[in-house]
Amino acid sequence: MVADKPYEDIPGTWIFDAARARAGYHLNQFLYTLMKEENRKAFLADERAYLAKFKISEPQREAVLRRDWNRLLELGAVVYALAKLAFTDGRSYQYMASQMTGMSEKEYVDMMLNGGRSPEGWRSKSQRGRQ
Amino acid sequence: MARIVAGVGTSHTPAIGAAVDNGKADQPYWQPLFKGYEPAKQWMAKSAPDVLIMVYNDHVNAFDFKMIPTFALGCAEEFPIADEGWGPRPVPAVKGYPELAAHLIQSLVLDEFDMTIVNEMQVDHGLTVPLTLLFGSPRQWPCRVIPLAVNVVQYPAPTGRRCYQLGQAIRRAVQSWQEDLKVVIFGTGGMSHQIQGPRAGLTNPAFDKAFLDDLSRDPERLTRIPPIEYLREAGAEAIELVMWLMMRGALGPKVEEVYRFYHIPASSTAVGHIILESR
Repeated sequence: MVADKPYEDIPGTWIFDAARARAGYHLNQFLYTLMKEENRKAFLADERAYLAKFKISEPQREAVLRRDWNRLLELGAVVYALAKLAFTDGRSYQYMASQMTGMSEKEYVDMMLNGGRSPEGWRSKSQRGRQ
Repeated sequence: MARIVAGVGTSHTPAIGAAVDNGKADQPYWQPLFKGYEPAKQWMAKSAPDVLIMVYNDHVNAFDFKMIPTFALGCAEEFPIADEGWGPRPVPAVKGYPELAAHLIQSLVLDEFDMTIVNEMQVDHGLTVPLTLLFGSPRQWPCRVIPLAVNVVQYPAPTGRRCYQLGQAIRRAVQSWQEDLKVVIFGTGGMSHQIQGPRAGLTNPAFDKAFLDDLSRDPERLTRIPPIEYLREAGAEAIELVMWLMMRGALGPKVEEVYRFYHIPASSTAVGHIILESR
């Protein structure tokens, strides 16, 4: 039996389900360590050496080093754990979210101040395709 | 007898806590939001509950990926404030109520809700931001708090219907506690928001308004909203709204809406707030 995943049809979204949780387990456990100040410092001092301590895949490692946020979501990072990487960099959550949307932080903030993104055109991949 | 007298629904956006902690609450961006919570603070001061049951979710702070409990009840004396990546919020530690929490566990499990017992737990913005919004910045929180953490991090979260039923069981459990206590239950998170991927920033005020309306008018309708509808219509993280249904379930059949506030934005979220008194 194959799990029913209707949410895979939502554009621009990676729902953190069991399959992603499994693929991202070590990646997320790495991100979890960034809750501690001494770990944040050690990571920033030598990112590659710090990452070598975790059983994460090469594509995951490269995406961490590049701060390729969407790729990290695709490879199984959960967004709440990713936030710790943004905070470690001294960035805001809003900055990370703007990067995921391809907007500048100012454009993103302005969109939110204007009421946010309408769901129109963003409900399904087929609807998005018609835009 | 202990009684659940009211329910509070509120967003718990971390940026709201950061705005208070960094002295930005009076800035034009934040001022309308905090003004909207002023009547709620007055209501809370007047209500003066003895205990809060705080239905919230942990954001990969108390629980890493080794264990992800669906319903976890905090049974500790005290809950320290988590360092979520930028240092712990400068707010007082949260005092629990282990005796009542133990009673809730016993009552709920025998009522066929399979709770996870947590005897040590840090609490994050999901729990502390609602306290800040309703109590401001006191030196100590004025009442005891029983945290009830719901998994909404890994899909699937428990359904809205299951949360509503657990809320009903919480009402029965509280009413079977002999001590004369005034209890307020919180449902936190939401409202419409998505904070990940190219669709981040999504809001849906029509969905949110209908949800707020039906908390008093037709909560049964809300319990029938399937998970995919929250995700598609209101954003990937709007699934947090199932926690509001636990709060609603704990209030009994009849409620009166005494306050509502809605505001966009706080960071990437639509902020919603409601106070319902049990009748």
